[in-house]
Amino acid sequence: MQLPILESINLMAVLPVLIIAGWACVLLVFDLLIPRSRKHWTAWLALVGLLGAAVALFFQIGHFARLGSEAAFDGMVTVDGFSIFLQVVFVLTAIVGVLLALDYLPRHGIERGEYYVLLLFTTIGMMIMSMAADLIVVFVALELLSIPLYILSGFAGMRETSEEAALKYFLLGAFASSFLVYGIALTYGGTGTTRLTGIAQAVTSDALNLPLTTVGMGLLLVGLGFKVAAVPFHMWTPDVYQGAPTPVTAFMSVGAKAGGFAALIRVLVTAFPAIASEWGTLIAVIAGLTMLLGNIVAISQSNIKRMLAYSSIAHAGYILLAVAAAQRSENASFAIGAVVFYLLAYALTNLGAFTVAIAVERDDGTGTEIDDFAGLGKTRPWMALAMALFMLSLTGMPISGGLVGKVFVFQAALQAVPGDPLLLAVVIIGVLTSVVSAFYYLKVIMVMYMREGEGKAVLPLALKTVLAATAFGTLVLGIIPGPVFQMAQRAMLK
Amino acid sequence: MFEQYYPIAVLVLLATVLSIIVVFLSRIMGPRRPTPKKSAPYESGMSPIGPAVRRLPIKFYLVAVLFILFDIEVIFLLPYATLVRELGVYGLIATGIFVFILTIGLVYEWKKGALDWE
Amino acid sequence: MIPLHWYLLVAAGMFALGIYGVLARRNAVAILMSIELMLNAVNINLVAFWRYMAPEALNGQMFAILVFAVAAAEAAVGLALIISIYRNRETVVAEDINLLKW
Repeated sequence: MQLPILESINLMAVLPVLIIAGWACVLLVFDLLIPRSRKHWTAWLALVGLLGAAVALFFQIGHFARLGSEAAFDGMVTVDGFSIFLQVVFVLTAIVGVLLALDYLPRHGIERGEYYVLLLFTTIGMMIMSMAADLIVVFVALELLSIPLYILSGFAGMRETSEEAALKYFLLGAFASSFLVYGIALTYGGTGTTRLTGIAQAVTSDALNLPLTTVGMGLLLVGLGFKVAAVPFHMWTPDVYQGAPTPVTAFMSVGAKAGGFAALIRVLVTAFPAIASEWGTLIAVIAGLTMLLGNIVAISQSNIKRMLAYSSIAHAGYILLAVAAAQRSENASFAIGAVVFYLLAYALTNLGAFTVAIAVERDDGTGTEIDDFAGLGKTRPWMALAMALFMLSLTGMPISGGLVGKVFVFQAALQAVPGDPLLLAVVIIGVLTSVVSAFYYLKVIMVMYMREGEGKAVLPLALKTVLAATAFGTLVLGIIPGPVFQMAQRAMLK
Repeated sequence: MFEQYYPIAVLVLLATVLSIIVVFLSRIMGPRRPTPKKSAPYESGMSPIGPAVRRLPIKFYLVAVLFILFDIEVIFLLPYATLVRELGVYGLIATGIFVFILTIGLVYEWKKGALDWE
Repeated sequence: MIPLHWYLLVAAGMFALGIYGVLARRNAVAILMSIELMLNAVNINLVAFWRYMAPEALNGQMFAILVFAVAAAEAAVGLALIISIYRNRETVVAEDINLLKW
C-alpha cells in the first residue's frame, strides 16, 4: 500500500485556497461571538482573509510564471497560470461581493454573519474548480460552489421573491448536477479512470469505449452548461438573478459563470482532445443559440436585474464561442487566453453595473426597474458616467474592456474556422447580436440622461470604491489590453 | 466458498430462535388483563382514527436535517477505519482535521440553539 | 457473475424514473426525492463500473461515498428552503411558487 507523502500533497501550491478555507471555518465560530448589532466586524474579517489569499496569490504569480505548473493532492488538482489567473478573478470578485453587501445587508434588514462565511465557501469552490485535474474534484468543487449560492440567493428570506429564487435555483441546480455526475460516471465507465489526463489517454478516436465516453461528455456539458447559463439550460437565470439579493446576483453572475467556464475548459481541453471536433461543433451551436436568445429576450426587459440576467446569458454565448475555438490544438492557447481575458473584462464591467443597480435599489427591494434610473444623469453625474461606461463595455464599444474581449473572442473563432466552418456562421451571429444588444444597453443610458426623474441613489463609500475600481479596470482593459492579454495567454494550461 | 458466512448464519439462527423463545415465554408466563386502551392498535397514545397526514412541529424536521448531515459525514470514517493501521500517523492527522471541521459545524449549531428542544 | 450491463440497465432505469419525477411531480419535496433517486442511480453505476472496469483503484468507490455526502448536503439545504417557503406560503407545490415569471 503506497502512502501519499507530504510532497505529493503540496500544500504550498494551494495556499490561497487553504487560507480562505481555514479563515472561513474560524469566521463561522467567531461570528457567534459577535453581537447582532456589530455584524460588520464579520465583513471586515472576511475581507482580511480574502486579502491574505490575495497576497499569497501575488507571490504565486511569480513562482508559477517560472515553473509552469505543479500538481497537488497527489495529482487531483493542478495549479498553473490558468488557475492562478482565474483565482485572482475569483478573489477580487469575492472582495467586491463583501464590499457590496456591507451597506446593503443592514439597509435591507438582512444582516447576518453567515453571508460572509458562505461567500468565502463558495469562493473556495470556484478556486478549486479552476484547478481541478480530476472529475471527482470537478464534481465536489461544483457542489461547493453551488450549495452556498443556493442559500445566498434565498438570503433575503422574508422577501418572497428571494425565497422563490433560492428554491428554483436549488431544484434546477441539483437536477443539472445529477446529469453532470451521471456523465462523470459514464466517462469513468468508458475509460476506467477519473483523472483528466488518464481519460485523454484512454479516449482515442478509434477506441471501443467511444460511445460511452461521448455520451458521458455530453452529460457533463449539460451540468456545466447549466452553471454558465448556456441556452437550453438557462431557464433559471432571469428568475434567480431578479429574486436574489443584488450583491449575491452580482457575485454569482461573475463567479459562478467563471467557475463553470474554468471547469468546462479544463475538462474539454485536457480530457477530450481526441473528440475535439465533436464537442467543438456542439459548443459552437450552443454558443450561437445562447447569443441569439440572450440578446433578443433582453430587449423586452424592464427590470434592470432581469435585463442583466439575459445579458449574462448572451455573454456566456460569446465566451462559449471562444471555447469552441479551442478545439484546434494549434490555436487553443489563443482561444483560452481570449476566454480568461473576456471573463476578467466581463467581471469588472458586470460588477460595476450591479453596483449602480444596488445604489439605485430602495430598502424594500423595489427600485430595480430601468425607469428608476431616470434623472441620474443630473443628480449623480459621476455614477451615471460610470454606468454609461459599463453599458458601452457590455455592448462592445471602443475604449472599454468589453470591446477588446469581443475582438479577441471573434479573432480566436476566425482562426479556428479552417477546422470547423460552422464557426464562421456563429461569428456572424455574434457580430449581429452585438449590434442588437446596443438597443437595450443604450436604453439605460438614454433613460439616465434624457428622461426626467427623481434620480435617487444611495452611494456609501464602499460602493464608491467598487465603482471607481471597476470603472478604472474596464478603461484600462480597453485602452492598454496588451499586458493583461499576454498574461491571459500565458495562462494557457500546461 | 461460503465458509466466511458461517458466523452470519449462526447469528441469524440464534436471533430467530431466541426471539421465538422470548415471545412464547412471555405469552405463557405473563399475566393477561386486556383493557380497551391496551388492545388498541397503537398502545402508546397514538389515536388510530383521524387524518392520515398529521402536522408535526417544525422542530422534528430541523433535528432530522441535522441528523442527516452528521450521519452521512461519518461515512468518510469508514474507509479510514478499514485501513487504520496502514495509514498510521498520516491517517490520524488527516482524519483529525476532518473531525475537527465537523466539530466546528457542531459548535455552530449548538450556539445557534438548534439543539435546544424548547 | 451478473453481467455489467444488468447493473447499468437498472441504473439507467432509476435515472429515467428520477427525471420523470422531477418533470412530472408538482410537490417540491417529491421533486427533491426524485433528484436523490437520480443521484443513487449514479451511485449504482459508479460502484458497478468500479467493480467491473477498474477494481484495483478505489476511485469509483470513493466517488460513490462523496456523492452520498454531497447528496445529503443538498437534501439538507433543499429541505430547509422548502420548510421556510412552507412557513411563509402554506404550500410546497412548485406551480404555486410563481411570483417571478418563468
